[in-house]
Amino acid sequence: MSKPRVAVHKFSSCDGCQLGILNLEDELLDLVDAVEIAYFLEATSTIQPGPYDIALVEGSVSTEQEKEHIQKIRDESGVLIAIGACATAGGIQSLRNFADHTKLAKATYDHPEYLNYLEKATPVSDHVKVDLEIHGCPVNKYQVLETIIALLQQRKPNLPTHSVCLDCKRNGTVCVMVAQGIPCAGPVTRAGCGAICPANGRGCYSCFGPAPQAEFGAMIPLLQAAEEYPNQTTHLLRNFAGNAPAFRNAVDSILEESSKK
Amino acid sequence: MTKNISIPALTRVEGEGALYIRSKDNKIEHIELNIYEPPRFFEGFLQGRYFQEVPDITARICGICPVAYQMSGAQALENAYGVKISQEVFDLRRLLYCAEYIESHVLHMYMLQAPDLLGTPSVIEIAAIAPDVVKKALRSKKLGNDLLKAIGGRSVHPVNTKVGGFYRWPDKDKIKGLLEDYKWGLDFAKETARWAVTLDYPDFEMDYEYVAVSHPEHYAIYTGDVLSSTGKKIPVEKYESRYLESHVPQSTALHSHTTDGNSYFVGPLARYNLNFEQLRPAAMEIAKEIGFVPPEFNPYKGLLARAIEIIEVYDVAIELMEAYDPQGPPHAKFDLKDGEGYGVSEAPRGLLYHRYKVGKDGLIKEAKITPPTAQNYAQMEKDLAKLAPEVLFDRSEEEASLELEHLLRSYDPCISCSTHFLKLKHEQV
Repeated sequence: MSKPRVAVHKFSSCDGCQLGILNLEDELLDLVDAVEIAYFLEATSTIQPGPYDIALVEGSVSTEQEKEHIQKIRDESGVLIAIGACATAGGIQSLRNFADHTKLAKATYDHPEYLNYLEKATPVSDHVKVDLEIHGCPVNKYQVLETIIALLQQRKPNLPTHSVCLDCKRNGTVCVMVAQGIPCAGPVTRAGCGAICPANGRGCYSCFGPAPQAEFGAMIPLLQAAEEYPNQTTHLLRNFAGNAPAFRNAVDSILEESSKK
Repeated sequence: MTKNISIPALTRVEGEGALYIRSKDNKIEHIELNIYEPPRFFEGFLQGRYFQEVPDITARICGICPVAYQMSGAQALENAYGVKISQEVFDLRRLLYCAEYIESHVLHMYMLQAPDLLGTPSVIEIAAIAPDVVKKALRSKKLGNDLLKAIGGRSVHPVNTKVGGFYRWPDKDKIKGLLEDYKWGLDFAKETARWAVTLDYPDFEMDYEYVAVSHPEHYAIYTGDVLSSTGKKIPVEKYESRYLESHVPQSTALHSHTTDGNSYFVGPLARYNLNFEQLRPAAMEIAKEIGFVPPEFNPYKGLLARAIEIIEVYDVAIELMEAYDPQGPPHAKFDLKDGEGYGVSEAPRGLLYHRYKVGKDGLIKEAKITPPTAQNYAQMEKDLAKLAPEVLFDRSEEEASLELEHLLRSYDPCISCSTHFLKLKHEQV
């Protein structure tokens, strides 16, 4: 049997998720033995034409060109996997979706008229069918590895769906919110990072996106009561995965409430 | 006669871009390094964010050097709020930065640039002929990532840095537990430098203006003044009075130049040329042994500067790890006030400047970030203009493109923060 052909693509992003693949130092040589890296611009000058069995897509869609490009990638890919918060939710650059993009452009560039971008930065799934999503800003590299192995073994990848809280319990980390009153998005955030923020004595800032069963109605008042500065709750939820529907809706409801007051 | 040459996207760099060359009668008429960056507007959406979010948000500019963004950013905000960090915080930040240098430099040397010098498409083919060397390189790279994780929780976008210091002191056992491995890493770094000097570097020199951070006590990485090879040394507050950014039409990356209109060069070669005398004995000894001593004006030999810097940072890291025994608080307490602050540090690929206006409400009013690649941009174009006529007309398209790409790669451009799609397009009119 020939090796599955893997492509790694980049859209609007920081490269941190595809770097996760190169950061698999102990597994990298075995990995390139098991699959054929057919397209991975950051790693190799060898560029093989599609079709590809597995496409890993990093980054969000934020330009007209990217909008067209993602269609092409869908057409030439077997399994299309979105990796990281940019690809699965829109990423940090999707903060523009909640602001006046012309003001943002002016704050960064002298000549916004030279720029070519879409008003909104959006996840891959807004444009094409995505077969699997691996969350996180950045992704946990072992989840990427697990997913590739699972595909090779023709089984379902084992990816967590619980919230960060459970990982704090497993780590033996005392709850920073209960014990110290530090606002923590952990209860509504998907696990996968290893609960590293509470382990470092700070609250979770939601970079793995919403947990599937997140209960915002109960959580938001608790977060608001613990705020260290005004509107910290909206800041905690509206950042790296802020465009994920559950976070987006939660913050919209907070803003609606406050506008009534 | 019109001939268009279109060559696949530039590889083994972060992000993508385009290179356009137009020639007539075997003479280069026009060169343009194009960056079709999907703009991400960091400076824009930092406005209105709380100052303590800055290290987390700006890290996302670059997945390969997030610590650099955290360090320059934290310093700028500490400057704005008049915060003095403790010696213990200063030392741990230097240690954190050493870890990022190891991860980023080993990546660049072995995975991004070495394939050019060895004539392979990637490190995968090098692994097929020299598996032991590649395994050792991966182990060294991993040691950088291990220390990043021990201090910051994870290697990409670590979470422990805050304005004023760290959220929590990293576990002493975790830091000390890496010491033996780091001693191996130092030995391997020396081995790497001895090997790297045997590689065949293209002959190419330019008369560069080098710019790097300079510190009175160390080979500067974490902080210092801004020093130029013209001899001009200015404090970070004055950075924008000498180094300007402009926005040119063919690119969404901003281009930097000095107020005299000169292009300049930041990165390992700039640091090496300006601060060589401050290398510690371990790095200095190998530098002299391999005969790589400034002045050096060959950009491809940035790889050798990286090789010596890896020795330096392993050596510094071992000393800081051995001494690591924090007693004081991990972060300073301070009051908020209206103000403006500046921060500068040396990202692995060059000088990184941040400036913020902040309010006593803790919110960011204005942000300015100048990444290394924007500063190197004009110089990269000049280098290309010199190299292009030497390679474009008497070699195959493929060979010419490889040469030009190698030159760009030697800069270790961090273009994910600024670029998309680099293609060489050669039009003969």
